[in-house]
Amino acid sequence: MRPTLRFLTDELINKIVDEARSLLASLGVEIHNDSVLSMLADHGARVDMEGHHAWLTDDIIDRALKTAPASFKLYDTLGNEAVNLAGYESNFTPGSTAINILDQDGKLSRRPVADDYVRYAKLMTGMHHIASQSTAMMPTDVHEKISDSYRLYLSLMFCEKPVITGTFTIEAFEIMKDLQLAVRGTAGELAAKPLTVFSACPTSPLKWSDVTSQNLVDCANWSIPVEYISMPLSGFMAPVTLVGSLIQHTAETLSGLAISQLTKPGAPVLYGGSPAVFDLRYETTPMGDVGTMMQDCAYNEIGKYLNLPTQAYIGLSDAKLLDAQAGLETSMGATLAVLAGINNISGPGMLDFESCFSLEKLVVDNEICGMTFRMAKGIEPRDDFPSQPLFEELIAEQHLLIADHTLRHLKDEVFFPGPSIDRANRSRWKEEGGRTLFKRANSEVDRIIAEYTPARLSDDVTAELTRLMETEARRHGMDKLPEVN
Amino acid sequence: MDILENISQSLQNGEPDTVAELTGKALDDGVPVKELLHKGLLSGMEVVGERFKAHEIFLPDVLLAAKAMYAGMEVLKPLMVGEEAATSGTVVIGTVQGDLHDIGKNLVGIMLRGAGFNVVDLGKDVPPERFIEEAQRTGARVIGMSALLTTTMPVMGLVVNLARERGLLGKVKIIVGGAPLSDEYAQQIGADAYCFDGMNAVDCVKGFLGIN
Repeated sequence: MRPTLRFLTDELINKIVDEARSLLASLGVEIHNDSVLSMLADHGARVDMEGHHAWLTDDIIDRALKTAPASFKLYDTLGNEAVNLAGYESNFTPGSTAINILDQDGKLSRRPVADDYVRYAKLMTGMHHIASQSTAMMPTDVHEKISDSYRLYLSLMFCEKPVITGTFTIEAFEIMKDLQLAVRGTAGELAAKPLTVFSACPTSPLKWSDVTSQNLVDCANWSIPVEYISMPLSGFMAPVTLVGSLIQHTAETLSGLAISQLTKPGAPVLYGGSPAVFDLRYETTPMGDVGTMMQDCAYNEIGKYLNLPTQAYIGLSDAKLLDAQAGLETSMGATLAVLAGINNISGPGMLDFESCFSLEKLVVDNEICGMTFRMAKGIEPRDDFPSQPLFEELIAEQHLLIADHTLRHLKDEVFFPGPSIDRANRSRWKEEGGRTLFKRANSEVDRIIAEYTPARLSDDVTAELTRLMETEARRHGMDKLPEVN
Repeated sequence: MDILENISQSLQNGEPDTVAELTGKALDDGVPVKELLHKGLLSGMEVVGERFKAHEIFLPDVLLAAKAMYAGMEVLKPLMVGEEAATSGTVVIGTVQGDLHDIGKNLVGIMLRGAGFNVVDLGKDVPPERFIEEAQRTGARVIGMSALLTTTMPVMGLVVNLARERGLLGKVKIIVGGAPLSDEYAQQIGADAYCFDGMNAVDCVKGFLGIN
């Protein structure tokens, strides 16, 4: 039995969804994009072009829900299946778009550069419990206009895993789509084997900017999956109650779903988000807050109820260092997320309100992910009945260390974390250097990067990726891209 | 791959039948017993020990390798002269008087046997005199004691004192282990070393006996 977690009854989900639909029909949604408003009008929505507003009827929402796929898969750069976003299958991906990186001393944060990004992409190849990469941080040694596409370029060049990403501008979609076409070869292949998911964030309350609404349209047209990242801030830009925030999240997400599905019925989407309880003491948006995590799990239940695959920013921390707070918030979130069956869990590696990425934390979080996967496998009988023969063997041999039963089930039953997790007794720990968690994780970062095997994209593809990226860089006044190793 | 490497590799894979068969074949081919023992069997166990310490393999892998080593040893035994030729030396182990917690001691025994030592396991609740008597009777080079309780730890000191009285100190090394033990405590009672786990005990005993 797979253990699962529920916060909402079906009855409450129904009430929340009905309320959200009612809001979309009565108050409507603000959309700062004329072509999106026109498209919605063409499908029967009442729109106010000057007021940048659309009102979405039940009929529009029903049509969107009917055509949205219940599941989809992501494929790596070589075309192999890598991520299954379906049912209660949980997959982890690192947190995304940090503006800082925790330095190797474990204390200072600084702006990341291209070399940091390459180290991250190489490290991701060894993160076996994290199925996809994300464009985790923003390199600052390239023109800001290419900081989104350049991340995707580096990810595709150095790691084969699919990429959770997004654009910062409408224009950048073109190069980010072209990079994917270079990997897949044709638009048909890209649609058949999605390589990326683009995050698209409405603005609370109930607003879509020109950029994000256009992103939804562009992604739908190219069958590039999107994840809606609605971000109600409970007590500030959303009701303080969790149910009130969930109503807002549902309305914002359904409005995004309508734009995607009316643009192209069947476009793959994730029912996602990044809500947060607003901390009225510090004026911050804690991702490690228990209420934040409860909202994530709860809207995931709503997504499942609507028959959609889900996503959440959960399993990350607001701590500034890789400390006990980082561990507790990350593991609590990751545990809840997997129990709730969130399909795409965005979080590993991230600190400081999604603003600081740490390679060392990524290594530790990879172990947390592995532990949660073990938990999700549940407790199953395996040659355990009748038990007498095994106990007879134990009594006779005085141990079961090399019993057939042990050898047969050891690896399925027991999760053994990597060396960043300390399992030695104190004396052995001391003898092995008495290292802190950060130092053990740091050694793992160095080891995995040193053992990195280059991604296996063909020379033709990598040459085309580089040509596309260099052309884009030149368009923004950069003669050459940073040199990376 | 030469036959000694083959034996070593099969031992590392935990394949007793193959190790026994290859050992017999090597004997037929005229490989000297000593070379077979050291360059085939013990060198294979050495690799296994290192890989275990580096977390590359788990305890069952070590024990399966040990089982394979015994299979090879069985073939060699009739051709060996004296116990010392067959093993790396004798170690007497036991859980001290008053203490019934012997899981750690059992693991140490398994690991020492795996490394080629002749282990005389006195079991649990062992009176001080028995450690000394058995060490003298078997010509053991090392006595290993375990305790889990702070209340039974002092028995270890009694064994050390007894060894001193009988003139064994120096000739027989005394190692101690168990959850409440420490380097400091070992020094305090005059033991030669504190070992923090099974593999550490193997390393420690090898160090005392000058075995690489």
